[in-house]
Amino acid sequence: MTQELTQAIVDLREDDALAMVDDLLAKGDDAVGILADCKAAMDVIGEKFAGGEAFIPELIMAGEIMTGVSAKLKPHLTAATPEEKLGVVVIGTVQGDIHDIGKDIVVTMLDIAGFDVVDLGVDVKIEKFIATAQEKDAQVIAMSCLLTSAIDSMKKVVSAAREADLNGCKLMIGGAPITEQVVAYTGADGYGKDAVEAVELAKQWIGGK
Amino acid sequence: MAFTEDWKDLDAQQRYEARMDAWADPAVEFESDAVKQEYQDRVRMLRDVVELKKPSRVPIAPWMSLFPGLSQGLTAKETYYDYAKLADAWMKFHAEYKQDVLAFSINIVPVHIYDALDYKLYDWPGHGVGEDSGYQYNEAEYMKADEYDLLINDPSSYWTRCYLPRVVGAFEPFAGLDPFTDLVEGPTVGPFFIPFGTPPVQEMLKKMIDAGNAAMEWIQNFAAMDARAMAAYGLPGFAGGVTKAPYDILGDTLRGTRGLMLDVFRQPDKVLEACERLVPLAIDWAVRSNNTTRHPFVFIPLHKGADGFLSDADFRRFYWPTLKKVLLGLIDEGLVPLCFAEGAYNDRLEAIHDEEIPAGKMIWMFDATNMSEAKRHLGGYQCIGGNVPGALLTTGTVQDMDDYVRQLIEDVAGDGGFILGSGIVIDEARTDCVKQMIAAGLKYGSQV
Repeated sequence: MTQELTQAIVDLREDDALAMVDDLLAKGDDAVGILADCKAAMDVIGEKFAGGEAFIPELIMAGEIMTGVSAKLKPHLTAATPEEKLGVVVIGTVQGDIHDIGKDIVVTMLDIAGFDVVDLGVDVKIEKFIATAQEKDAQVIAMSCLLTSAIDSMKKVVSAAREADLNGCKLMIGGAPITEQVVAYTGADGYGKDAVEAVELAKQWIGGK
Repeated sequence: MAFTEDWKDLDAQQRYEARMDAWADPAVEFESDAVKQEYQDRVRMLRDVVELKKPSRVPIAPWMSLFPGLSQGLTAKETYYDYAKLADAWMKFHAEYKQDVLAFSINIVPVHIYDALDYKLYDWPGHGVGEDSGYQYNEAEYMKADEYDLLINDPSSYWTRCYLPRVVGAFEPFAGLDPFTDLVEGPTVGPFFIPFGTPPVQEMLKKMIDAGNAAMEWIQNFAAMDARAMAAYGLPGFAGGVTKAPYDILGDTLRGTRGLMLDVFRQPDKVLEACERLVPLAIDWAVRSNNTTRHPFVFIPLHKGADGFLSDADFRRFYWPTLKKVLLGLIDEGLVPLCFAEGAYNDRLEAIHDEEIPAGKMIWMFDATNMSEAKRHLGGYQCIGGNVPGALLTTGTVQDMDDYVRQLIEDVAGDGGFILGSGIVIDEARTDCVKQMIAAGLKYGSQV
């Protein structure tokens, strides 16, 4: 049955998907199982994105459907075993830049992929990244920017993180101006050219620890 | 106001020629005949590339924002706020960086006016961002998802009574005013003016007077600054007006990127209708400003149609048709659309080679687009330009820059129809890299 729900989300049929979740819950279906079907749909959308068949609006719309589904499932999930998280990612748009769209998509995708995401917002000060990573014992710090003028803020976070010795915490950067050249310039450990690559990179890093 | 008295009788080509002639002969006292000749040579180069002819050399027109101030030792805040320091830096910048156009003074946004009005759409130094930051957008859903019909029915009323009160603090009282279209008969005059007798509206009017005074000071300083650089160095401006793609007007400033992306799924017909409604506004916006500046180029920064922001099918359905109408409307007015496709446009090259747009009538400046592919799709059809990367300007070396520009010119400039420019609007950058971009452009661009 829930193949149908997975397909509705893949097709981004929001109303259909939410109605199906209502029906399944009314029938007494297990919320954890429903969530698994939804995540299967998100994997398909992620693959389509990576393959150039889906784009940012599809990711955002899928994230929006997932938010709606999660709200419906939440009351039914409280008794269930809490989901095991893949790891902690501290994320933010770096100091000097207030653009949040790209960063927000990465937050949604990391969250759906099962990471514990600590979103520090935009124009995040260097010390804030470091202090939060320490406090949460983060495995990854993910920095975003749109402005080339904010690249230096990334470099500063990288230096501060290296000095602070964050227990092997990896440093990821991303955003429109980021290239391998910028990775080398900032000293970061790597970059994702889009949200799907960012999630893959985080999985590789944490899986490899 | 029409550009010439007989404007209605002219066809698009005659209008184009009238505008080009006016551009080549501006009301400026050049410092010498030699400088005037340099100015006219540069206009000729730019006209040649638009018309897909081989220019005397490749014109060099990087997008500048704060860089002219920052490179001369000013902070971002000083660049915006201190007209005297900026005017000084402006002259030094143009003497030092020998590009073929004036830096884009409209990018030095008028923050004194923003202060007077409590402008919320942007942050600027001391207002939301640090003293060393350029202005930045505060993107939000200033237009709500259920307000499409209000916008479509009467954009002007929507702007004054819904949108502006949300993005301009001083304009909050606009929300309580009646639409100006109520003033259709004498008896409505009384009720219409009642709010103008109330303290909040009168306070707003005072702030508008302050903004008007700040605007006069701004235009006097900026016009003098540009005229001085033009007269001393023979530099034409790169554009005389601005407009936007209707989809970007919705996505950038009304619904926000996220809001609009969701609307495309949830209420696609409303998005299409709103875009159509904005077409004549977008054309009229440019025509009025270009008639005033007497410059033929219309700067059109493109945002939400870039690769990744829409599928090809949605680009062709939601973005391109109304942008195309704007482009055609401008071309009919004799204007030259100067599109700056920010981000990458690799997936759009097929769609934008649209035979309904006449050849040799506009410019496509690119950012992260593969320029060889751009040339393959658009060569012989429209002028292309760009795309020296922001990362290279910020983190590269002089040698990297020289190599990049040489390769770019080799790849795409051979038979004309090319402008060397930056892929980004330049705030901070390595001064040696910016200089090398220009030097390499002069060196290799003279050999094609």
